[in-house]
Amino acid sequence: MYAFDFHRPTTLRQAVSLLAKSEDAKLLAGGHSLIPVMKLRLASPRTLIDLSQIQELTGVELKGRSLVIGAMTRHRDVANSPIVQEAMPGLAAVPASIGDPHVRNRGTIGGSIANNDPNADYPAACLGLGATIITNKRKIPADEFFTGLFETALEPDEIITKVSFPITRKCAYEKFKHPASGFALVGVFVAKRGSEVRVAVTGAGASGVFRVPSFEEALKKRFAPKSLEGLSISPEGLASDIHASAEYRAHLVGVMARRATAKAVAYG
Amino acid sequence: MPTVSMTVNGKPVSAEVEPRTLLVQFLREHLRLTGTHVGCDTSQCGACVVHVDGVAMKSCTTFAWQVEGCHVTTIEGLAKDGKLHPMQEAFREHHGLQCGFCTPGMIMAAVEMVYRKGHDLDEKTIREELDGNLCRCTGYHNIVKAIHAGARAMRDSAGA
Repeated sequence: MYAFDFHRPTTLRQAVSLLAKSEDAKLLAGGHSLIPVMKLRLASPRTLIDLSQIQELTGVELKGRSLVIGAMTRHRDVANSPIVQEAMPGLAAVPASIGDPHVRNRGTIGGSIANNDPNADYPAACLGLGATIITNKRKIPADEFFTGLFETALEPDEIITKVSFPITRKCAYEKFKHPASGFALVGVFVAKRGSEVRVAVTGAGASGVFRVPSFEEALKKRFAPKSLEGLSISPEGLASDIHASAEYRAHLVGVMARRATAKAVAYG
Repeated sequence: MPTVSMTVNGKPVSAEVEPRTLLVQFLREHLRLTGTHVGCDTSQCGACVVHVDGVAMKSCTTFAWQVEGCHVTTIEGLAKDGKLHPMQEAFREHHGLQCGFCTPGMIMAAVEMVYRKGHDLDEKTIREELDGNLCRCTGYHNIVKAIHAGARAMRDSAGA
């Protein structure tokens, strides 16, 4: 790993000002994506700005009909939050399924979505629920936030502060884990809120998380796994690698979508 | 170089280290506490697991300065007055190890598993919760037995 300097701001304002004036700086959240890539020298920031001392970035609260989660809230704390479990058990299950217990003790929601790993779980939950990503500068709808592999709409001097999820009990996540790494080979988040249905897929897309309009239309007519029978997506544009072919991933999208729908119906 | 200070196994320690010093390097190379192991160095195997303020962490994926001011417990800090911790004793009793390389991380993970999940752990829970600890000897069967017994023994032993 290359040498670097670090800062530990205690307020968001300090963090924003450090980020603006430091050349080649990276924000450090849980560090479980960034530190491994720094070891591999795939990232070599000159400065790390650690967000862990900023209290205002942590916590879970109900605000009207939304569930608002601070960017530095760790996977363990979201998964175990009685507020999240009560309001949206389908969302609480997402961080509970990430990595292993030690990783969940460190990893954060903000870090996960800012990194936008094509196999990460939280991007599917954000897109599937139509979440709003709140930064120090603006509010970004999930549909506009995830722009490609490890790419987001975040500007260089922008910090995620919160993620706001519209509440619905009818939502669930199902993933097919890679048996060795545990990462999502394919993960599907399904949600119904009022007349709106969203289906978001992670792990499968060659350019990251995406929605499946044909599944959404079918589920709008009747929100049940049966509605998806016979439906499939094209392998075109899906990832194909040593772990799985595009055709197999396309097949798994259908299977995971049906399982997630069944679970969402049970929660709802 | 910045100074880092923390409490390790009940003793205050302080040292000047490079910012890129990992917690596991700090423990092994500066404090000579070599019970915490580096296995994969890629956050997967769990041989480096220690407790920071009672929470299990992979010390190969944590910078030393990130735990400034915290209470760190390593495998060396579990035994008290020359007596093995009940979880260590259970690993000995049930032969929960073959080569022993993963054992410090297994035991630290097991103790934290009890903090989070209680003393009555069924086999399924133990196996799921061991997701972040790999045994290259594949000796999981006895590790699971040891954790099952160790969890109960922790309830029975005062002060554990």
